[in-house]
Amino acid sequence: MAMAALATPAFAQAAEQPAKIDAADTAWMISATALVLMMSLPGLALFYSGMVRKKNVLATMAQTFAAVALGSILWVALGYSLTFVGDGPVLGTLERFMLNGMGMNTISPLAKTIPESVFMLYQMTFAVITVALVAGSVADRMRFSAFLWFSAGWMLLVYVPIAHWIWGGGFLASAGVIDFAGGLVVHLNAGIAGLVACMLLGKRRGYGFENLAPFDLSLAVIGTGLLWVGWFGFNGGSALGANSRAGFAILATHLAACAGVLTWMLLEWFDRGKPSVLGIISGAVAGLGTITPASGFVLPWHGIVIGIAAGAICYWACTRLKMKLGYDDSLDVFGVHGIGGATGTILAGVFATAAIGDASGLIEGSSKLVLSQLYGVGVTLAWSGLGTFVLLKVIGFFLPLRVRDEDERMGLDLSLHGEALQ
Amino acid sequence: MKLVMAIIKPFKLEDVRDALSAIGVHGMTVGEVKGYGRQKGHTEIYRGAEYAVNFLPKLKVEVAVEDQMADKAVAAIGNAAKTGQIGDGKIFVYDLGHAVRIRTGETDNDAL
Repeated sequence: MAMAALATPAFAQAAEQPAKIDAADTAWMISATALVLMMSLPGLALFYSGMVRKKNVLATMAQTFAAVALGSILWVALGYSLTFVGDGPVLGTLERFMLNGMGMNTISPLAKTIPESVFMLYQMTFAVITVALVAGSVADRMRFSAFLWFSAGWMLLVYVPIAHWIWGGGFLASAGVIDFAGGLVVHLNAGIAGLVACMLLGKRRGYGFENLAPFDLSLAVIGTGLLWVGWFGFNGGSALGANSRAGFAILATHLAACAGVLTWMLLEWFDRGKPSVLGIISGAVAGLGTITPASGFVLPWHGIVIGIAAGAICYWACTRLKMKLGYDDSLDVFGVHGIGGATGTILAGVFATAAIGDASGLIEGSSKLVLSQLYGVGVTLAWSGLGTFVLLKVIGFFLPLRVRDEDERMGLDLSLHGEALQ
Repeated sequence: MKLVMAIIKPFKLEDVRDALSAIGVHGMTVGEVKGYGRQKGHTEIYRGAEYAVNFLPKLKVEVAVEDQMADKAVAAIGNAAKTGQIGDGKIFVYDLGHAVRIRTGETDNDAL
């Protein structure tokens, strides 16, 4: 009898990894969920709106809040199920449509010690911040209605598949691509989408000759601080439990942010004669975004190396590459998140340490991981770029993507929302 | 009567007010203005993009005084607002034709 019981697959699976809700893991994941939501509301809203002009501050905040609200509902309806339920190579299933079948004590096979509701919520905060990130590229000129259609479509057509391919057991996961907390799914994805979107919409009126200086960088500084703290939940929570891997991920994250700050600051000081506040906070976000895919796979001190690379490469992208190519990515979503996400994804393939995340990178003698990381970057770039292009073309067929010239001149706060800062 | 109008650096306002009080001028109007002279503004750099800030914040101080007080007021403002650096501002003196104190209806010198 005992032998027969042992032979059944169910028993074998249970013995391997008992699926039981753990109070400590659950407590940490609820906290991490709150931290990641704080990154959007109010972190990103403040970070972005501090960098636009006074007449577009409220419109920029509106985009973040609307993206979070709309994205959350869509995530519950479709996104979660298509991303994390079922492990088809391309897409999940509709089994959890509108959370159908999710009980208080059900557990996702992807996070076996926390309630499925908490896992779903945690992942929701990732989906919505990714959509909200894209808004930075088109700030100051996109119509609010077009942005809402874009947010909804982009989350389902671009974010959900990519997240499934990497985190939901899709074909990139099978190919060995590693992405701890979203270097590809969140940062490169949003960065490429932002680049395509800002090129399709065209440059801001007055770009290059009018004064487009930030309205209030102190808001952006507060926003960056909230992002930084929230990132502890973003990367630490991606360990999906209250464990030492989460601790290591948070440590690497903090070190990378610090190294990013110092690198960008020193480069700008040397290059321009003065270390600007916008440079300092840009370095922080670059370090944070770049360590994200690697954070649960590398040793903490690798975070310093990755942070230095982030500061240098993203600085180059935002100050040189952008000028050379001549696109108007309003708030440098591509330069910071896109370039940072790709850099960190590749560096994860270099520094991955088997003892931490069960993956060996180049410095442990395996070149295979770097190649699969490059493959992941290529696929994300292609799908996000193409998906964003097609989606915006379709939306643009039905309604204008961009505000009218006079509305842009007046400012989006007044022309789109009927409110303005005095 | 003269109207003495001075464009000064914002942080010099208290010094100017004290100097005018000391010579017996007990009222002034102050406004925030923007402009440029030889200072020409400055440039700010954000992520590699340079923006010229042509109009710098200044304060405009106006005091109405009797004719014989005008030179003293100009000297007081000039001394108090001076830093010796570019951008200290300018003082203009206008002839003032008529003045009325609204509360009492007093006119001209009595109204100052």
